[in-house]
Amino acid sequence: MSYHIEGRDGPWEIVVGMEVHAQIISNAKLFSGAATAFGAPPNSQVSLVDAAFPGMLPVINRECVAQAVLSGLGLNAAINLRSRFDRKNYFYADLPAGYQISQYQEPLVGKGALSIELADGSTREIGITRLHIEQDAGKSLHDQHPSKSYIDLNRAGVALMEIVSEPDIRSPEEAGLYLRKLRTILRYLGTCDGNMEEGSLRADVNVSVRRPGEGLRTRCEVKNVNSVRFVMQAIEAEAHRQVEVWEAGGEVLQETRLFDPARGATRSMRSKEEAHDYRYFPDPDLVPLTLDPAWIEELRSALPELPDAKKARFMAEYGLSAYDASQLVAEAPTADYFETLAKGRRAKAVANLMLGDIQAALNRLGQSFAATPTFPSEAVGALLDMIEDGTINGRIAKEVIEEMEASGEGPRAVVARKGLCQVTDTAAIEEAVTAVLARESAKVAEYRAGKEKLFGYFVGQVMKAMGGKGNPALVNETLKKRLA
Amino acid sequence: MNLTDLGLGPARRALGRREFSARELTLAHLAAIEALNPRLNAFLLVTAEEALAAAEAADAALARGEGGPLAGIPLAIKDIFCTKGVRTTAASRILEPFVPPYESTVTANLRRDGAIFLGKTNLDEFAMGSSTTNSAYGSTENPWKRRQDPAARLVPGGSSGGSAAAVAARLAIGATGTDTGGSIRQPASFCGITGLKPTYGRCSRYGVIAFASSLDHPGPMARSVEDCAILLCSMAGHDSRDSTSVDVPVPDYAAACNKGIRGLRIGVPREYRVDGMPAEIEEMWRSGLAWLEDAGATVHDVSLPHTKYGLPTYYIVAPAEASSNLARYDGVRYGLRVPGEDLIDLYEETRGAGFGAEVKRRILIGTYVLSAGYYDAYYLKAQKIRALILRDFTDAFAEVDALLAPTAPSAAFAEGEKTEDPVTMYLNDVFTVPADLAGVPAISVPAGLDADGLPLGLQVIGRPFGEETMIAVAAQLERAASFTALPALRAGSPAI
Repeated sequence: MSYHIEGRDGPWEIVVGMEVHAQIISNAKLFSGAATAFGAPPNSQVSLVDAAFPGMLPVINRECVAQAVLSGLGLNAAINLRSRFDRKNYFYADLPAGYQISQYQEPLVGKGALSIELADGSTREIGITRLHIEQDAGKSLHDQHPSKSYIDLNRAGVALMEIVSEPDIRSPEEAGLYLRKLRTILRYLGTCDGNMEEGSLRADVNVSVRRPGEGLRTRCEVKNVNSVRFVMQAIEAEAHRQVEVWEAGGEVLQETRLFDPARGATRSMRSKEEAHDYRYFPDPDLVPLTLDPAWIEELRSALPELPDAKKARFMAEYGLSAYDASQLVAEAPTADYFETLAKGRRAKAVANLMLGDIQAALNRLGQSFAATPTFPSEAVGALLDMIEDGTINGRIAKEVIEEMEASGEGPRAVVARKGLCQVTDTAAIEEAVTAVLARESAKVAEYRAGKEKLFGYFVGQVMKAMGGKGNPALVNETLKKRLA
Repeated sequence: MNLTDLGLGPARRALGRREFSARELTLAHLAAIEALNPRLNAFLLVTAEEALAAAEAADAALARGEGGPLAGIPLAIKDIFCTKGVRTTAASRILEPFVPPYESTVTANLRRDGAIFLGKTNLDEFAMGSSTTNSAYGSTENPWKRRQDPAARLVPGGSSGGSAAAVAARLAIGATGTDTGGSIRQPASFCGITGLKPTYGRCSRYGVIAFASSLDHPGPMARSVEDCAILLCSMAGHDSRDSTSVDVPVPDYAAACNKGIRGLRIGVPREYRVDGMPAEIEEMWRSGLAWLEDAGATVHDVSLPHTKYGLPTYYIVAPAEASSNLARYDGVRYGLRVPGEDLIDLYEETRGAGFGAEVKRRILIGTYVLSAGYYDAYYLKAQKIRALILRDFTDAFAEVDALLAPTAPSAAFAEGEKTEDPVTMYLNDVFTVPADLAGVPAISVPAGLDADGLPLGLQVIGRPFGEETMIAVAAQLERAASFTALPALRAGSPAI
């Protein structure tokens, strides 16, 4: 069942489009040679061009264009061989030139698409309208001095991609999936680190509601939402607000709004009447950007395997479920980690261990598969091998992982130190089974009378007697034989 | 011999032969500036110390038999070129305390070749004007005087009026200018000197304070075609710091002066015959064509049908770009800051106090024509007409090799005569604006005097990057005109 908001007199559908600003990973800014490292001291990464000194001119950075083209290719989008830069004019203290260089009429990248996978396993295509490149502004700091504002221009001129979706999103869940998927693709491509806390990825969300089957109603833009969760909450809150307005006989007015996560509500920032007139016009300091098709093909041939393709391959090549494959490909380093381990091992066992106990331990440690000193792939490989060759069983493995997490030791060291090797000695198992069956004679009688579900109970008792170290297959086999 | 009378060519030959030193040449010009500048106000800043230090370095290089093509040549720099460590104002209050920590590419190229900078010359604020009366630091006086009315204070034209007056009065051998709507050629015409606007992209705009980016053309001003050609050789060249700079080789422009013009086809744009043009300008134009025919060129009538839209197009495109280019003067990072209650107040106070009336007028016009609802009717339409104006030139150059026309519709006027009504003032640019809109090169050469004894210029307009042919025609014009008249106010003149 698709997502609806139940109104007083019937359901409402929501229509959402997103504008995502993604900071391009590059060594230098979009139009100046200044560096772009995050967290540098204020105003330490500012060139005369960034500070808009008189007579300074922008020169396009080829590296940033390549990154944006790669992103476009990763979104299956058309790359425009000719694009153009426009000036977006407005006054603000952290916008040194009084205009932002952006692409308005002729963007670098045209239509593309991205597919999202819903919780029920179905997939949906979300259209990409365009991707263009533009400069970031600097930062105003209003909380450093009682009566003054401070300006930090480190970010001024940093290259951004603005990625605009079609209004194809129909639920908060889809919005969250879209943003996650977009982030995954950009990270795979190495074109944006996707870090929303540092502001490398910011979303503006356009929301409207309508009765099913209707055309579009007025939308509102919720600006600068800085986490996936907030995006979903903001859409939910804004859609409910609009439903209330319409149902009260009012009219939703086109405006820009802000989401307040503390209140879980949006509030008006500026109305359409207060909207800036940006006086866009082609930047006369720059010539139109023309790309050589051969260069684009060169970039295309260097594209990494993207998440959708990787997922399909994991399912086909390793026989993984769609769910497991999705989990593993969400981050490229996780997928790489998996493939390293899966070589010569049972892929399903690798996936289960990674996505189960190891992932849980990494979460507790605040580590990830990309960089984990506690669970390097060699160690987890050794653990898998010990399970496979019967040295330990699954239950012991969980204990070994907890011990690795606590002590930082390798799995073999943990098993040796704690004597966790599983018992495969049939005599020892026979002995334990004999003892349990003798003790539980009443239950044995019940079992023999037909209460077969007691078998699991006997297994548990035997394992308990053996301190968890009994080989489960041998315990089963022995019990079956003795109870027959 | 008066050293200030020497042109660039003769001066550098004499310097090479060590007939006098660069220091002597520089001192002669500094003395002339000291004597005349209080009256002319051609220089906003005289950098005597730096000039003498550079002269000594030039002398040392010349003594070793080294030194670039401009070693020891004293030049004046329009105060719109950023000069490292030397105050640069664009003749605006808003940049009064501004000392750039960088050097424009054009001035760096001139320094590389050994030129000596005497100082920074006056202009209309941000190059917006045709009279150099729109300077925040007082107007510049034209060194020429009307025969009948020698007391009248004439304008030198603009916006490069300080450079034109300095070169005409022999305060500098040559100068830099910028031409956005005629700002090199019109003052050259008013001051009886030569001014060359190269093809757009020929000289880098890096470090040149922007007025209208797509129209700003840096170029040389001097007392002969050859001198301009020599200066252009140094100023021109590809610059990776200016995206609109064009990577084509820089030929020996000076050599083009002697190429001759036999067989060249000279076009006469019929739309430049405007009503009310003084008969003496008409007459001079005819003479110019005759001189070129005498030298073996053929004269052809051509049409530039969109000429009449040049001025209105210019007065949309240039203010539009200016309104955006000048947004950076906000009192936040450099230049003038007038404190305010809040950010908006800071902007209003600073820009209100920092910009003059003409600059404000153009910012308002530019903001208006780019506004939502007006953009299509003004800016977009102007861009379309601009393309048609360029096509006019392209079509004409399919038939002819160069065009000949008057530079300005009048000789220099007196302060206050046209300055009351902005539109009358804007009409000064009617013949110069089309070449700026099209980006084609053009050069103004003094070709005669009007009845008042004031100089009049003719301009040769060339094909894009066709400076050599244009220079050849201009040099022929110059030889035939043998313009020898001198301004009343000049270094060593009895008038002072």
